[in-house]
Amino acid sequence: MTVQLVQTRFAEPAGNSSGEAIGIRRLSRRFGAGDQQIVALDDISLSVKEGEFVAIVGPSGCGKTTLLKILAGLDRPSEGEAWLRGTPIAGPRRDIGVVFQSPVLFPWRTVLDNVLLPVDVQKLGRSRCMDRANALIEMVGLSGFGNRYPSELSGGMQQRVGLARALIHEPAMLLMDEPFGALDALTRENMNLELQRIWLETRRTVVFITHSISEAIFLADRVLVMTPRPGKVQIELEIDLPRQRELSVMNSAAFGEYANRIRGILNAKGAVD
Amino acid sequence: MNSGFMKIVFSVLILCALLLAWQFAVRYNEIPIYLIPAPSDVIMALVRGFQTGIYTKHIIATLTEVFAGFSIGLAMALVLGLLIALNRTVETYVYPYIIMFQSMPKVALAPVLVIWFGLGMTSKIVTVALITFFPILVNTIVGLRSADFDRINLMRSLGASRWQVFRMLQLPGALPFIVAGIEVGIIMSLLGAIVAEFVGAEAGLGMLIQSMNTTLDVAGQFSILIILSVIGLSMNKTVGFIGDRLLFWDSSRKAKAAMGRR
Repeated sequence: MTVQLVQTRFAEPAGNSSGEAIGIRRLSRRFGAGDQQIVALDDISLSVKEGEFVAIVGPSGCGKTTLLKILAGLDRPSEGEAWLRGTPIAGPRRDIGVVFQSPVLFPWRTVLDNVLLPVDVQKLGRSRCMDRANALIEMVGLSGFGNRYPSELSGGMQQRVGLARALIHEPAMLLMDEPFGALDALTRENMNLELQRIWLETRRTVVFITHSISEAIFLADRVLVMTPRPGKVQIELEIDLPRQRELSVMNSAAFGEYANRIRGILNAKGAVD
Repeated sequence: MNSGFMKIVFSVLILCALLLAWQFAVRYNEIPIYLIPAPSDVIMALVRGFQTGIYTKHIIATLTEVFAGFSIGLAMALVLGLLIALNRTVETYVYPYIIMFQSMPKVALAPVLVIWFGLGMTSKIVTVALITFFPILVNTIVGLRSADFDRINLMRSLGASRWQVFRMLQLPGALPFIVAGIEVGIIMSLLGAIVAEFVGAEAGLGMLIQSMNTTLDVAGQFSILIILSVIGLSMNKTVGFIGDRLLFWDSSRKAKAAMGRR
């Protein structure tokens, strides 16, 4: 019932003919110059299909966040190209939703007003989006909290508000930068379940950055493993586990095999201290 | 009896006991009134001052200087603060002077200002404006710059214009800082008015204290100190009240209030 309701509201994003949501070709990003130069991303090429859930896993400093910033139009590559749905990224775009590591809420706005922030910025009309905002607040499990202020919410609840906000302007894709990294382990598992459910309902393209191997395998259709210095994608791993996944899948042999492979790659590259 | 009511009763009793002790100590030791007046002398001075209408006249003079000067200082601080925080060129050429003036005690300028603007109200208003200007200016600048990087990135990722970032993020985010500056400024403004009146004035509570000093009317001076405390306290409470209403979302403010800041 709820699923149906939400599905009708979240119309399928109009895909382009190729079905490619994100394309990156031979992309590099360097900071500084000379001896001090840091290669954050080195010759990265990848492609994400429309509606696909891709997780990028790697240790701190492997350039994951830089990659996400480039996709969000907040940073530019030193070399190479990146497209979103067939058009080159030339700056921030309105058809993406970003979820950051911290909830990044505005403390002077209520939960509802925080969710409506993109609506205000992009002048989409509050009255038109009010139903949608309330449906999203319900979807992330915060019914009845619309008029509360962020300081009254727990960390997990705040991050849910951030998720609802990222979805309000019907973005074609979601970019998530370690969104649950600051949460405690139990809340985090719970949020993973929630995110999977929401993704199954909305089928947005998701790029999910994390340093947790199990989180990446649990959530993603495909896991990209990155190593630092220079930031490089070492391997792409299709995760062939049936949806809807339960937390118990983490105890399965297949899950353990995926985790071992990823860990093996990271260890071999000296990415783990 | 609830404990809140009992606390008030006890506070009043303690105050009465202190005043009585003071009264008897002065009378018993026959301390002359021009050294330490008894509480009864101070109260008499207070009553006489208001009955003759002298106090009211000077209170109005001082309050006019405070409010006029404070409003001018506030307006100028907000405008210049905005310019400095949002414009690199203005910052480069103006900010060094601000820093220089910031560390200088502004009341030291009062004598010069009296020479420039005369014994009337103008010199007091200028002193008050100057003295309130700096804390509010500095807080406005710091406040507007305090917007954290993640929030700016969020706004940018949504395609927000510079004006939207300012209106939706920087300005509300700066409010706690601006209000804190105003809280400091309003107290300083009363100080500025009194000091400027000391230097030379035609009216005002500061001038009244000066003239009472020449006639050794210590009871009168004590009575004006009471008036000044009441004025200072009510201005502080008013700003605090407005600030709390405006910044209900600021949890650090609640924490400060809980610690008994006011």
